[in-house]
Amino acid sequence: METEVKLTKLASCAGCGAKVGAGTLSRLLEGFRTHSDPRLIVGYDRSDDASVYVLDDSTALVQTTDFFPPIVDDPFLYGQIAATNALSDVYAMGGEPKLALNILCVPEKMDKETVQEILRGGYDKAYEAGVIITGGHTIHGLEPIYGLAVSGFVHPERVLTNSGARPGDVLILTKPLGVGILTTAAKADLVDCNLLERLYRQMATLNKTARDIMVEFTVHSCTDVTGFALLGHSYEMAQGSGCTLHLQTKDIPFHPEAYEFAEMGFIPSGAYRNREYAGPGVQAAAGVSRAMQDICYDPQTSGGLLIALPEKEAAQCLERLKDEIPEAAIIGYVTEQEEASVMME
Amino acid sequence: MKQLDARGLSCPEPVIMIRKAMMSGEKAYEILVDNPTSRENVTRYAEHQGYTVTMREDGGEFTLTITK
Repeated sequence: METEVKLTKLASCAGCGAKVGAGTLSRLLEGFRTHSDPRLIVGYDRSDDASVYVLDDSTALVQTTDFFPPIVDDPFLYGQIAATNALSDVYAMGGEPKLALNILCVPEKMDKETVQEILRGGYDKAYEAGVIITGGHTIHGLEPIYGLAVSGFVHPERVLTNSGARPGDVLILTKPLGVGILTTAAKADLVDCNLLERLYRQMATLNKTARDIMVEFTVHSCTDVTGFALLGHSYEMAQGSGCTLHLQTKDIPFHPEAYEFAEMGFIPSGAYRNREYAGPGVQAAAGVSRAMQDICYDPQTSGGLLIALPEKEAAQCLERLKDEIPEAAIIGYVTEQEEASVMME
Repeated sequence: MKQLDARGLSCPEPVIMIRKAMMSGEKAYEILVDNPTSRENVTRYAEHQGYTVTMREDGGEFTLTITK
């Protein structure tokens, strides 16, 4: 459905590209008083995807929220993508989302049908995920915003943090990169509509399947690749795990069209913020092109899971993933800490 | 030399501006931008099109001189 006013024209930043830089965030939170609680096993002191609070021996509560301005003009698709992205953080912790609340901000003059379509997109994905939207909060504002606050559950011993990677692990990525660059180029009307369609489908694909397959294996660490890009999230995994992540760039799945658009300078500001944040911990081998680095710093809206698991299980896990998600690939490996947190090879 | 002012514009608008200007086929352009993303992106675009870029910074604004 097309709206008269293009939704993306109301947004100053695209999707996860609107995310405030990781460095800025940690500075903002410095020095605040908080309670400590041993049941809070993943919390504010960690750069993880969601918080995890142990309820009893077999259940922990996973909480997260995510929202952003329109990344596409179709309001239904926007709702789908925003919900998919918000639910993803629970999957990245190895959990299953159960309840959600809408977070919605719309211009006062936006027509009722458009608002309804945004919400319908969110409900559609929540239903597919087995999640109940129990309410929410809506306000008026100049720039539309939509997303969810999500609660889910996970067994306390099967929580997958982004700080559990171990030397000898292999890294798997489940969605191709290039979303931020392509949506930037799309603003200049340079992206073929078939590619855009594929991109939209990708962003509206739940990480549920990837999660459901992943938990059958001995996964050590997981995160979803979103606003901080592959390199930002890899950097956090490396730092949290006290290891070095080696990324084999020739194996990283990305949309080939994003490569040329990166060379042409259709790079979102978020990619430069990510480079500023993670760059000091990243070392790129001489043969890794600037455009390839740009793709790896490119903020992904509703990106895939980055999974670290023992090498002996990696091939089987990948095979299972590939049955459902053909783009999934082994993209690197983990070693003891070396001179850089992330090494691009 | 063709003069362009892309101050106040965010990505990808400055790139669209230089791209449109280059369709006229001139050999030299000067474009004013006011943020590092635009500076980097316009430079990448111009270099990709076979131009050479030199940059001058003045009080947070960047003047890019683009020549072939």
